[in-house]
Amino acid sequence: MTSPQGLHLKTIILILIMVSVAPLGDTFLGKGMKQVGALGSWAPASLFHFFFRAFTSGTIWIGIGLLLTFFVAYLLVLSWADYSYVLPASSISSLMIALLAHFVLHETVTPTRWAGVGFICVGVFAVGRTQPRTTEHRSC
Amino acid sequence: MLKAAILYFLIVVPGTAGEICMSHTMKTVGEVVDFRPHSIALAIGRAMKLRSFWIGILMMATGFFALLGMLSVAKVSFVFPATALSYAVGTLGGRLFLGERVTPQRWFGVLMVCIGVALVAIGKG
Repeated sequence: MTSPQGLHLKTIILILIMVSVAPLGDTFLGKGMKQVGALGSWAPASLFHFFFRAFTSGTIWIGIGLLLTFFVAYLLVLSWADYSYVLPASSISSLMIALLAHFVLHETVTPTRWAGVGFICVGVFAVGRTQPRTTEHRSC
Repeated sequence: MLKAAILYFLIVVPGTAGEICMSHTMKTVGEVVDFRPHSIALAIGRAMKLRSFWIGILMMATGFFALLGMLSVAKVSFVFPATALSYAVGTLGGRLFLGERVTPQRWFGVLMVCIGVALVAIGKG
């Protein structure tokens, strides 16, 4: 078992890793999917071609690599922290996504959407001030 | 519109259920206290021996493919914040299925996230 301070610290570090790599991965995926184009129909042949184009895109594979890094950090933090803590706390990545979308993808992010991201940040702050673990666990 | 609604449902419901399965799996494995690469690999290896891990992966994969489809029809800065509704569903799932104690402050945080989600959806240009 880790001390409460140590628990808080390692939870914050892992969540910081998660929110750093996940938006980058999402942005690469977003860019890759725009290159792939819209899903035309739900017909099997159309679906096959859609996923074939997606999985032969280097941009999408970089996104997948970054999201795998996120996934390992996510599994580790869930080994001790509450899911109901990690999930909202990690939504701070919404801020990074909006920033990346604005500055990298050059999408228009309206003031209302920025306000929404602001509320999400307030929510993350409130959740971040609660105890990361409320159930009993064992160490491995 | 219907296509986007179906994709949105597939992102939120199976995606969140998969994450709850994954949380249950990692709690079963136990707290990781050694962060050397081989120790991390061992912990993940132990998780992979559990059925709940693979059920979680299957459900999360459903959510992931729905996300890929959604990204092809909507802007990335809309899709990801909009899927934040899954945070409220996930918190409820953590309370009901994992026995986590969700304090009023944590619920307040989740409420703020939900308002944020609504604003992001309204602000879709």
